[in-house]
Amino acid sequence: MTFTQWFQSWGGEAFGWFLATTVLILMIALPLMLAVAMIIYADRKIWAAMALRRGPNVVGPLGLLQSFADGLKVMLQETIIPSAANRGLFLLAPIITFTVALIVWAVIPFGAGMVLADINVGLLYLLAASSLGVYGVIISGWASNSKYPFYSALRAAAQMVSYEVSIGFVLISVVLWADSFNLSTIVLAQQAHVLGFFNGFGFNPLLFPMAVVFLISALAETARAPFDLTEAESELVAGYQTEYSSMSFALFWLGEYANVILMCALNAILFWGGWLPPVDWAPLYAVPGIIWFFSKILIFFFIFSWIKATVPRFRYDQLMRLGWKIFLPISLIWVFLVSGYLMLTRYGG
Amino acid sequence: MIQAFAFYLFATVVILSGALTVLSRNPVHSVLWLILAFFNAAGLMVLVGAEFIAMLLVIVYVGAVAVLFLFVVMMLDIDFAELRSGFVRYGFFGLLIALVLAGELIIAGGAWSQGALDLSRRAAPASGDLQNIEAMGALIYSKYLYIFEAAGLVLLVAMIGAIVLTHRERKDVRPQNISDQVKRRPQDAVRNVNQPVGQGVEL
Repeated sequence: MTFTQWFQSWGGEAFGWFLATTVLILMIALPLMLAVAMIIYADRKIWAAMALRRGPNVVGPLGLLQSFADGLKVMLQETIIPSAANRGLFLLAPIITFTVALIVWAVIPFGAGMVLADINVGLLYLLAASSLGVYGVIISGWASNSKYPFYSALRAAAQMVSYEVSIGFVLISVVLWADSFNLSTIVLAQQAHVLGFFNGFGFNPLLFPMAVVFLISALAETARAPFDLTEAESELVAGYQTEYSSMSFALFWLGEYANVILMCALNAILFWGGWLPPVDWAPLYAVPGIIWFFSKILIFFFIFSWIKATVPRFRYDQLMRLGWKIFLPISLIWVFLVSGYLMLTRYGG
Repeated sequence: MIQAFAFYLFATVVILSGALTVLSRNPVHSVLWLILAFFNAAGLMVLVGAEFIAMLLVIVYVGAVAVLFLFVVMMLDIDFAELRSGFVRYGFFGLLIALVLAGELIIAGGAWSQGALDLSRRAAPASGDLQNIEAMGALIYSKYLYIFEAAGLVLLVAMIGAIVLTHRERKDVRPQNISDQVKRRPQDAVRNVNQPVGQGVEL
């Protein structure tokens, strides 16, 4: 990577690497926070438009600065810690959620070679880091020492563990086809994947059902509507965030939306070609890969918002039924089908 | 230098959080310290180049097993007085187990210092270009295939056993049958009757 080499040329081998990595981390994390602010605005606007409302339109032109006004507001508020709460863990929970939401971005390739940590086990790293995210919710629910957060934490733990199972199987079928756990390699394996023309595993009829399962599981994994039972306001006030205020609340909020963007990015990377254009046609490669990648993220975010605005919330038993009785068998069968197909075609029986 | 620093960092945190797992009074804190220990053990695995094992450790132990563990412990009604009351009763067995473990550690350390572990007979580390996962897969699915499948079979049996032991048939609930609900048509439930005035409806 030339960027790191430039730093190493004047800072020395180790120190240059350290500086370059720090700068790269900031180059991912700071725009990500800006993106989260804008995507919250977009979410509210889309949701409002589908409900024939105007949405935020007062702060700044077209209400564009609404998220920043909200951010400023929560920063100026007082952090309230309930007297019965477990103080240390109560404050640790939002930090865990936020940190985990940031560290997963280390392995996301934004373009050809544009990745902070190009590790062999990138996909497993993602799975590992996202399974850590559940601790923020559980700890906050327990440490709040209040019944609604506790219910919410129990729901969240069961929900995330359940859907991680089917996500795991979906990832296995992708990994089998791409022959790698490295996200950049997975994207490159999708080039001209179908009929030598379409870039993306999602265009493959054998993998398309997995793309659908992954999209829905991603909604459940990030506890977005229609699976937002962890913060079902009609039952649980605000779920695990009930006792939180000011920045500790904002960290949950930021982490949650950063996770939503991550899931959109994963949908794009695993099934729809990542930074590659949708079809393998030379003029389309003139557009920088990062623009393709971001536009795919935005399309998926629109789908997420669309679902949030239109689909009613699931009941808890329905959620569990979908995860264990429908997605788990389907994804398991699909792993079997995909590996069988590859066995016959790629590895010659 | 940085490797040594990382090793001592991870190792210290593993040992400290292991000790705190035992020492903390609150069981939930114990589980959280245990999770920290798992996590830092995964860091040690990364340091020795076993990144696949490290990720598996985090996914399986931290992400699934410890979550369920925490789940159970969170539900406990903790009574600190009662927790301490059993100390004398369990103290003896605790001491016994501690002695056995300490003895084993001493034996292991002694054997190692006598050169019992022939370092040249360790499994060969994966060669440079062969990835961790590929190397492991090649071994598991060729040399150790039967053992691997037997392990899978044992797990399957354990899973079925757990389900059989905990499953209970409840007669007093009416579970939702979604396909029945989807198949239901208006004429199954609704009837339009043009009822003459002054006569009752036959239901």
